[in-house]
Amino acid sequence: MLKRAKALFLSLLSLVVSLPALGSAVVETSTRQLNMPQGVTEVSQAAYDIHMIMVWVCTVIGVGVFGFMFYVMYAHRKSRGAVAENFHENLVVELLWTIVPAIILIIMAFPATTALLKVYDTDNPDIEIKITGYQWKWQYEYLGEGVKFMSELNTSLDEVYGRAPKGEHYLREVTEPLVLPVGKKIRFLVTGNDVIHSWWVPDFGVKRDAIPGLFTSGWAKTDEPGIYVGECTELCGLGHAFMPVVVEVKEEAEYNEWLAGKKAEAVEYASTIGKEWTAEELMTKGEGVYLQSCAGCHQADGGGIPGVFPAIKGSPIALGPQIGHIAVLIDGVPGSAMQSFADQLSEVNIAAVIHYQRNAWGNNVGDVTQPIDVLNYKQSK
Amino acid sequence: MSLAVSNRKLLIKLLLGAVAMFAFAIFVLPPIYTLFCEITGLGGKTSSEYTAVDVRVDTSREVTVRFVASNNALMPWEFRPTMDKVVVHPGEPTEITYFARNTTSEDMVSQAIPSLVPNNVADYFHKTECFCFDNQPLAAGEQAELKLVFIVDPDLPASVNSMTLSYTLFDITDRTAFPVAQIK
Amino acid sequence: MAHGPATLADGWKAYISRWVFTTNHKDIGTLYLWFSFAMFILGGAFAMIIRAELFQPGMQLIKPEFFNQMTTMHGLVMVFGVIMPAFVGLANWMIPLMIGAPDMALPRMNNLSFWILPFAFAILTSTLFMEGGGPNFGWTFYAPLSTTYAPESVNFFIFAIHIMGASSIMGSINIIATVMNMRAPGMTYMKMPLFVWTWVITAFLLVAVMPVLAGAVTMMLMDINFGTSFFNAAGGGDPVLFQHVFWFFGHPEVYIIILPAFGVVSQIIPTFSRKPLFGYSSMVYATAAIAFLSFIVWAHHMFTVGMPIAGELYFMYATMLIAVPTGVKVFNWITTMYKGSLTFETPMLFSIAFVILFTFGGFTGLMLSIAAADMQYHDTYFVVAHFHYVMVAGAVFSGTAAIYYWLPKWCGKMYNETMGQVQFWVAFIGFNIAFMPQHFLGLAGMPRRYADYGLQFADWNMVSSVGAFIYGGAQIMLLFNVIMTIRKGKPVVEDKVWEGAEGLEWTVATPAPYHTFEKPPLYK
Repeated sequence: MLKRAKALFLSLLSLVVSLPALGSAVVETSTRQLNMPQGVTEVSQAAYDIHMIMVWVCTVIGVGVFGFMFYVMYAHRKSRGAVAENFHENLVVELLWTIVPAIILIIMAFPATTALLKVYDTDNPDIEIKITGYQWKWQYEYLGEGVKFMSELNTSLDEVYGRAPKGEHYLREVTEPLVLPVGKKIRFLVTGNDVIHSWWVPDFGVKRDAIPGLFTSGWAKTDEPGIYVGECTELCGLGHAFMPVVVEVKEEAEYNEWLAGKKAEAVEYASTIGKEWTAEELMTKGEGVYLQSCAGCHQADGGGIPGVFPAIKGSPIALGPQIGHIAVLIDGVPGSAMQSFADQLSEVNIAAVIHYQRNAWGNNVGDVTQPIDVLNYKQSK
Repeated sequence: MSLAVSNRKLLIKLLLGAVAMFAFAIFVLPPIYTLFCEITGLGGKTSSEYTAVDVRVDTSREVTVRFVASNNALMPWEFRPTMDKVVVHPGEPTEITYFARNTTSEDMVSQAIPSLVPNNVADYFHKTECFCFDNQPLAAGEQAELKLVFIVDPDLPASVNSMTLSYTLFDITDRTAFPVAQIK
Repeated sequence: MAHGPATLADGWKAYISRWVFTTNHKDIGTLYLWFSFAMFILGGAFAMIIRAELFQPGMQLIKPEFFNQMTTMHGLVMVFGVIMPAFVGLANWMIPLMIGAPDMALPRMNNLSFWILPFAFAILTSTLFMEGGGPNFGWTFYAPLSTTYAPESVNFFIFAIHIMGASSIMGSINIIATVMNMRAPGMTYMKMPLFVWTWVITAFLLVAVMPVLAGAVTMMLMDINFGTSFFNAAGGGDPVLFQHVFWFFGHPEVYIIILPAFGVVSQIIPTFSRKPLFGYSSMVYATAAIAFLSFIVWAHHMFTVGMPIAGELYFMYATMLIAVPTGVKVFNWITTMYKGSLTFETPMLFSIAFVILFTFGGFTGLMLSIAAADMQYHDTYFVVAHFHYVMVAGAVFSGTAAIYYWLPKWCGKMYNETMGQVQFWVAFIGFNIAFMPQHFLGLAGMPRRYADYGLQFADWNMVSSVGAFIYGGAQIMLLFNVIMTIRKGKPVVEDKVWEGAEGLEWTVATPAPYHTFEKPPLYK
């Protein structure tokens, strides 16, 4: 029992000592972190404060109750000659230990309520961002700005499967982070595209379930620029662990510059869509897109998972007419997990991945799929 | 009463209790939940068709209503609001439209599911006319302007000056027994 | 059966048909206990696979889709295949002995309710070998991951759940009927041992909520196969409704698991304190209060789905309230020990560990009830740590305590005390090494059901895996101890095996004869 007490003491001590460092430009969670992060928003601070209140209340009660218990275990053991008494009730004591905890709980309900009100204070935002959970990536849409993009894991499958050394930001890096300005109240509108996901950024204290057909909301306002990493916290299928959230908070000027850049990019992209790509270019780009967006289900070798996800290698769609292959990516396959990628991937990426699928792993169709073919298909309907 | 009889009686009573709980789960819980959602705006569900009774327009207040469109997985249609947002006075009926186009070569039927943020004011958002009340069939390649007329309740809490209405479009072709032409 | 039950000496045929057709409460209790131990090994093996994969970052041993099947099956097997049958087994063995009944009230149904269980789990386990794999949507099987996006085998999963539900309901009805109709003269309700009380309340909970689970899976079945839209937003349903229905079952289920554990501990602590249980009637009322509260707090599992704030506040306050009756129980146990004459045999060690670890899990439970903080804890390893502290330290520790406590009565042999204590310390230390670090992982931001994780979580995951392997080893030691006791244990002759033990079960001969209390005893 002494061992246990010691372990308890040590773990409590480490809880106190390990309060996370604040104010660094990049808030990187340390490997030795034991406690909830204080975070950089009012909400996360409120959650942290109430958490610490609870930790201390429980610690004090625990030390009292267990302390008494250890004393009893020491003092009233038979080997020390203790003789059992025979009392078995005491109304006063029993009432006391019903009423006192109830009073403690009522007192604790006040800070708990205040903290929750803060979480729900989503009114009157400066910026609204729609967040959609997909299997297995996030889409961010800046409402009213016409800017929308996908953010997916940027760690290679080789790192996951141990064929390459793991980088410093293993599973904590994405293709494109959500970018936010400091000092603005941002409302997140969270929804799901297919199954339920949950969007969580610990340093913001925001965790909202992404449910298909429903919108839930959370908010954040911070003065601390930096990179904040979060996760998907609702089981959403096999890629659940592989869809991190990365948020980059920038100074307002930088943010505006970034936003302008994103808008310009969209315009520029529209004008270059007609470019003729070579087969090699498409193959290289397509492999990247494939590993990013398709390999999660259809596997890196195109073999699929029998009974769950069909193989692309040798499939009649990949070996059949090009237009049919494009149709599958643009329209999806109703009644299956194959969704439409029309909104998720650009025409260039769709063209590249189709070209790759038709010409990799012995699928030697030999034709070339150009972005313009994809665009034409989209517009032909 | 012999022991065996009373045991059997108890068995029957408890079995009936279990059957009742089973029926409760399937036939009572879902409607109660739906009702509860409509009353409290749980999940941002706006209530069904509203008949305007209150004609008082509060011109002293302005509320921004933003419109959002989402496609559920497997729904390839083009779907978007024709305007990003409107500023309205509470009590004033406002008409807006969503644009939808069936980009596929099949006839399809859709259903739009509304959700309003902040969820707790869903109760103050009244729709007198909405494409979400019915399913929306579109033939292959067809497009349509879908109409929505709404009134923001003048009793909307003063702290709220903006709300966001979102529609998620679901493909319900498989769930509809009739061909598109017939629905129309 | 004048000459008693068939043994191996009567030949294989007679021996097997004894177990298959038995209506004897002791035989059925034994069957339940061995079945649950077999499932414990299976569910434990799943856990070992999970912890081995999580030993270090990266996918080393299995693929993510198999990992998800492992977490799902681990949860389902442990909850429905281990903890519940184990306590039903204890109830079968002990309730008739404790209340002076010759057998359970409905012996043939008793046989049926056991024998459908192996089929349920055979079906469930066989899904792992089906095309597309077994259930991979978590033991909470939230729609639409478990409906629209489920593997083909989901229908078998639903069927298996239905059978388990039927088994549990029949078992519970039997317990209720036994306790209400079969008590010996003089055994009034407020004289019943606390284990009987907690089980009766549990049985009522089961009859009330197992059908709700059956309803939930039936609605799933109809959504999947018959085009209804209970949980599908497209057809006017709502995926969140599934969570409400599930947790309307699921929260009482948590207490179904823990209440009999309270009962066991309330038997053992007085025995080794040589002093009657303190506050018997407040224990009964507290149990009833916890059972009642369990029906009105379910949505505290759903603080992040976007409920209206009034709903969140209500569920937060109601949940905090549970701390009161639970606290009463803990205080009563400790006061029972106060001014007793304590000895620390293996059952007592497990019971004391139960009180400490369960209380620790209770503290984290109280923290989880605070909705604002739960936004950070929800679906992280903090929750995993919390429910393993209450479920493993709660149900499994008390179940182990019960086995050591009653084993001498069951088989007339005494276990080896040294081996028992060694097993306790290995289990206790392994358990804490496995689950204490998971609190830190969760607070630092590691979500649950993750097949792989970032490098910052590597240290504690490794520690946790080592602890899990130690804890797994402790269960093999338990099996070894039980088998060695049955085969080579020192014979016990006293009716009252433990010096401080009280109650009717200690008035029958040791080992307990095949038929007991054929003439009802008079209980003073």
